[in-house]
Amino acid sequence: MYDGGKIILGLIIFLGLILFPVWYNIANGKAGYTPDLEIITADDPGRDACVMSSEYMRPYHMDLLNEWRDEVVRERDRIHVAPNGKEYNRSLTGTCMDCHSNKENFCDRCHTYMDVNPYCWECHNIPEGGQR
Amino acid sequence: MKISRRQFIATSGLASLGLMLDKPAKALAKADLPQKRPLVGKRWAMVVDLKKCHEQENCTKCIEACHHEHNVPDFDNPKDEIKWVWKEGFEHAFHEQDNPFLNEELKHSPTLLMCNHCDEPPCTHVCPTKATWKREEDGIVMMDWHRCIGCRYCVAACPYGSRSFNYRDPRPFISESEFNQDYPTRMRGVVEKCTFCEERLAKGELPACVEACEAHALVFGDLEDPNSEIRHILEERFTIRRKPALGTQPEVYYIV
Amino acid sequence: MIEKALQGNRTYWTWIGALLAVMIIGGLFYLKQFNEGLTITGLSRDVTWGFYIAQFTFMVGVAASAVMVVLPYYLHNYKAFGKLTILGEFIAIASVIVCMGFIFVDMGQPFRILNVFLHPSPQSLMFWDTVVVFGYLMLNVVISRVTFSAERKGIAPPKWIKPIIYLSIPWAVSIHTVTAFLYSGLAARPFWMTAILGPRFLATAFAAGPALLILIALWMRRNTNFDAGHDAIHKLGIIVTYAMSVNVFFITVEVFTAVYSGIPEHISHFKLLYTGLEGNNTLVPWMWGSSLFAIISLVLLINPKTRSKDKILAFSSVLVFLSIWMDKGLGMVVAGFVPSPVGKVVHYSPTLPEVMISLAVYSAGILIVTILYKVALSVRESIS
Repeated sequence: MYDGGKIILGLIIFLGLILFPVWYNIANGKAGYTPDLEIITADDPGRDACVMSSEYMRPYHMDLLNEWRDEVVRERDRIHVAPNGKEYNRSLTGTCMDCHSNKENFCDRCHTYMDVNPYCWECHNIPEGGQR
Repeated sequence: MKISRRQFIATSGLASLGLMLDKPAKALAKADLPQKRPLVGKRWAMVVDLKKCHEQENCTKCIEACHHEHNVPDFDNPKDEIKWVWKEGFEHAFHEQDNPFLNEELKHSPTLLMCNHCDEPPCTHVCPTKATWKREEDGIVMMDWHRCIGCRYCVAACPYGSRSFNYRDPRPFISESEFNQDYPTRMRGVVEKCTFCEERLAKGELPACVEACEAHALVFGDLEDPNSEIRHILEERFTIRRKPALGTQPEVYYIV
Repeated sequence: MIEKALQGNRTYWTWIGALLAVMIIGGLFYLKQFNEGLTITGLSRDVTWGFYIAQFTFMVGVAASAVMVVLPYYLHNYKAFGKLTILGEFIAIASVIVCMGFIFVDMGQPFRILNVFLHPSPQSLMFWDTVVVFGYLMLNVVISRVTFSAERKGIAPPKWIKPIIYLSIPWAVSIHTVTAFLYSGLAARPFWMTAILGPRFLATAFAAGPALLILIALWMRRNTNFDAGHDAIHKLGIIVTYAMSVNVFFITVEVFTAVYSGIPEHISHFKLLYTGLEGNNTLVPWMWGSSLFAIISLVLLINPKTRSKDKILAFSSVLVFLSIWMDKGLGMVVAGFVPSPVGKVVHYSPTLPEVMISLAVYSAGILIVTILYKVALSVRESIS
């Protein structure tokens, strides 16, 4: 390899720069950091389960919402049946955010962590005053 | 994206396992489900009785009710304006009925206009993404604001001027007091229009304008139901429709 | 091959720099439009299509016009167009990209534009327009690339490209026909709902496109060592003459039908364009300017003595191009919306941001043409 040393040095510098966020977080002891989500109504009796399991919701809630969206708007199918047989109204504002009413500490915290910007709330309302 | 069957089974299995371990499933609560039965029809239509409407001079209750119900913004300028239901002078609303000796009162009297929910809607034919379509079950011309790309071809295709485009973010132009928490707003760059209050029908309620009209000038009903009030009215009274020659079969009928 | 575009003299780089500057300024205005919405344009509830869509329509015509050099060369074996075909195809490529640019800046939700393919709707002419315009771009990219690299190597182009070239001929006609159908299929807009809109679009395309090509060829002959040939350039002049005559005939036919029948819904749009309607007369000077330019250009073009002079041919080509641009790029789209479906006369004129964004889109197209032509010229220089 011609100029092997220079290339390797260059690669190290490149990787050092591009991986800045990684080693910065390691240095700050935040390497294993995951956002801590608050579910306001977790202890509320009667609201014992989500429309799907948490294991499902965590990675797939956006797919579920897209599916709800299409089926409510386009197929008029407004009822979701949870795995335990309970029926729910397919509604982001009415159902999801009725339990997860603390958008900032639930939705936003994780979305910020993942650096995603869903625009649901540009149109859909956040219940209970606060920001519309 | 659809959730695959395997994903669904896997996760619901996990969920029921979790439930068994946790606490027994509660009785099926339906608190958040619609209480009333939905209003179901095969072909929804509207009759506007202009005489009854004109007797209530300067009444705008139906427009206010609709625009409040659907969070329609008020930009206070005709350029960006969005309107679902509005009034236009008879000579404009029915300008194909050109008649210089038209009854003076009628000529200038405001006529209530909205989406005609045509049987042959030109707007849905031209949509390149199926963001607007005619619901075959009940004839409502629907809008999917999630899908609309804002090309405005439907606006060009509508012979009635019933469609509005969101030239800017509507939210700052909906007053706090007018805001309806139960209905979403739109985002800039999509087209909107009257939907015959399909969200209210689903909850078993009449369209907001019909409910708001104290003069009973608006009658909403199912044309396929021979015993409906609207069918009786259409049989007994002389009604006209806007631009019938275009073959769009509008479903809003006017008693003049 | 592309590296040839990176070697140029001072004038070349100044030109590139100027185009980039316009693109950046227009790009900043587009950012504003992206953040605030189309409210920063002159468009309104009643006039929902304007300058952008009109430029799109005009440029589809310019794109389609490549067929006017391709067809004589490949179907009639008219050798004089041999050097011009590649220039015509490069104009087509750049024009189609400009068209796509105008559609993009006109969208209310540009990031959702792929919905057209995710939810294909064959009953919509806009779906078909997207398909044919995109297909036309692909055809021209493939054809120009294959034929040009063959030319560079001094060999005959591969045989398989021939059917593709033949396909591109009806395809060029289709892009402007479908674009016309986009308008003429709307019962709501009597001004557009005319069977002759498609033929009219084609006539304007086959006049404006070759007129542009004449100007470019004449400029190149004077300033570079590329000479398309006197015969080829003047043959284009004849094409422009016929196409422009047909265009003027079509306009007359349109005006006659509307005016003689006297149906208010039809005549009112022509009043808006040529006499003004209810005090709205923004378009009147443009439309009369268009008519005047059309007449002068025809007088100069039909007469063989004047047409055969390079300078007069160039002057007439400018007039033809401007005449058609004023008619199609200013009047045609807006007049369809005014008066509105409820008979209201609404005013529209493009705003500064709208014009700047349009200039940026055009600059992008000119930049593409410049680069492609630069490559073509350099390669040809190195061959000879």
